Amino acid sequence: MFKKILIANRGEIAVRVIRACREMGIATVAVYSEVDRASLHVRKADEAYPIGPASASDSYLRIDKILDVARRSGAEAIHPGYGFLSENAKFARACAEAGVKFIGPRPESMELMGSKTRARQEMEKAGIPLVPGTSRGLASPEEAEQVAERIGYPVMLKAAAGGGGKGMRLVPTRQDLGSALEAAQSEAQRSFGDGEVYIEKAIVDPRHIEMQVLADEHGNTVWLGERECSIQRRHQKVLEEAPSAIVDSEMRRRMGEVAVRVAQTAHYTNAGTVEFLVDQQKNFYFLEMNTRLQVEHPVTELVTGLDLVHLQIRIADGAKLSFTQDDVKIRGHAIECRIYAEDPDNNYFPSPGKITLLLAPSGPGIRRDSGMYEGWTVPLEYDPLLAKLIGYGTDRVQATMRLRRALYEYFVTGIKTNISLFQRILEDSEFQAAKLDTGYLDRLLARPRETVADHDSVPAVAAIAAGLFAVLQPVSSGLGNGNAPGAAAPSATTSNWKRKGRSEALR
Amino acid sequence: MVYDVTVDGKHHRLELEKADGSWKCRLNEKELRVDAVLARPDVLSLLMDGRCYEIKREQTATDLHLWVGNARFSVELRDPRSLRSRRDAAEDEKGPKKLVAPMPGKVVRVLVTEKSEVEAGQGVLVVEAMKMQNEIKSPKKGVVQKVLTTAGANVNAGDVLAIVV
Repeated sequence: MFKKILIANRGEIAVRVIRACREMGIATVAVYSEVDRASLHVRKADEAYPIGPASASDSYLRIDKILDVARRSGAEAIHPGYGFLSENAKFARACAEAGVKFIGPRPESMELMGSKTRARQEMEKAGIPLVPGTSRGLASPEEAEQVAERIGYPVMLKAAAGGGGKGMRLVPTRQDLGSALEAAQSEAQRSFGDGEVYIEKAIVDPRHIEMQVLADEHGNTVWLGERECSIQRRHQKVLEEAPSAIVDSEMRRRMGEVAVRVAQTAHYTNAGTVEFLVDQQKNFYFLEMNTRLQVEHPVTELVTGLDLVHLQIRIADGAKLSFTQDDVKIRGHAIECRIYAEDPDNNYFPSPGKITLLLAPSGPGIRRDSGMYEGWTVPLEYDPLLAKLIGYGTDRVQATMRLRRALYEYFVTGIKTNISLFQRILEDSEFQAAKLDTGYLDRLLARPRETVADHDSVPAVAAIAAGLFAVLQPVSSGLGNGNAPGAAAPSATTSNWKRKGRSEALR
Repeated sequence: MVYDVTVDGKHHRLELEKADGSWKCRLNEKELRVDAVLARPDVLSLLMDGRCYEIKREQTATDLHLWVGNARFSVELRDPRSLRSRRDAAEDEKGPKKLVAPMPGKVVRVLVTEKSEVEAGQGVLVVEAMKMQNEIKSPKKGVVQKVLTTAGANVNAGDVLAIVV
């Protein structure tokens, strides 16, 4: 087994991997940018080395610096987490050349799945169900028009190198095609340095359901059940659950078998995820394969009882899978909320800053994978994901109620978070009836929030509390969540005379 | 102590008086007994007539919110005897309005020039944080009196970016 692993990431996922390593008796090496010295992953690791300025392109994306740390620290393997270099085939190759094991698939598999058009071509050959469309980039607007006419509107234009909704355009009718194609191509060129765009039939109100797969380096591949990921905003997942309410054991087996065939076609090893679009008739179509550990992997861990990071490390170390497909059992229900530093009152705009108060939930059926702590300043340079709160229960109702209870206990200030959004989703009757599709969240947010007046006198309680706070804990000047130096510890600089004077209003 | 408290836009008059280890509260002329413990900074435990309330305080550069259980209230607190409070109250609706950075970030664009007219809701500046751009809008119709920052500048939450009169 490896003795030391470098984690080429930050935030909650770096902490997650460090925890797994500690459980397995493996030493850990963290890397950090200038603004991440005080981040939790640096505190939790055995060793940590700086890799440069705040900007990710100067630090977490610098292959040379990360491999240099691996060499200096003697790390035998690198876990890339998700994001950053996790799906970068060049990085995987550079690791191999440096004699460090990359914990993930082979670079060839990453390259195949990194190009959506190449992946489509290979999957078409292997007989995998695909959304009708082209499997190569569009040569001209005329070709786009012909294909769109053949498969029927509405159609979707997608960047071959794309992801996260970039370079993607929904085209409802023929008139919109020309301008949408231009926009998608230029956005793809700007975002990915590759303007190749292909066309797919747009599935109306689809569900987004993905299948976890795991493959060792000896030819054994298994599926570990699906995750329902239809609750999205701006093409970003917000809440995920396992299992999906619409997938029965027969459909699960069929999806799982297709996912295993996708993985085998790509000569895939380690953990991966095959994403499907599911239409209203429950037909499922291959969308893409994510060649990394997913943000939402904990829901699969809770319903299968497996630890995916442990398994990733064992597989990378050359071990055979210790179980077969028949051993995989789905038990109970798990739901994950992605806690982001976002302001619900300001259109979910990112809200970095200093966390001045953090009350964290615990108790039965609750798992919290977090990268934040009270007193930490959330840097403004990276993704706003702070933590994941996962509820687990015997069934979907219990998991939902446990999560609602935990969200009630969860409190973060100094920055804004989207915690209230999850209260809103989980108390929504459509969510509870599992009537979900990728448009669900936009519809929910377009409705005015029903105010939950569980007690008439509550505003009066707030008024009394406001006065009591003013007496018991006067707010000093210089408050706020600024990164400004000297903003902290105001009470030390405010004189008691001044405070007393203010409370007695003698000014 | 006497306070004018506004909770979600509704005004209340509150008098607090310490008595036998708890508080005698008079809220809108109604008398209440409240047992209050500051459990930790920004967390208050109240007992009122046997009912428990946990109140959490969310104080940002620009505003104050209190959470009573799951419900969040926008709160303003004024001491009616304070001169500044009375002046602030008078200037609440008319007079100069400050445009404040709601979060730390970087100014990417200034959309107006000084002395130009703006409509209520019109974008004045664009601030970027965590790879997202946010338009800071004018809270009222008026004239941009001052722009206190430039494109490319880093700003902290609460920094005044522009003033509209």
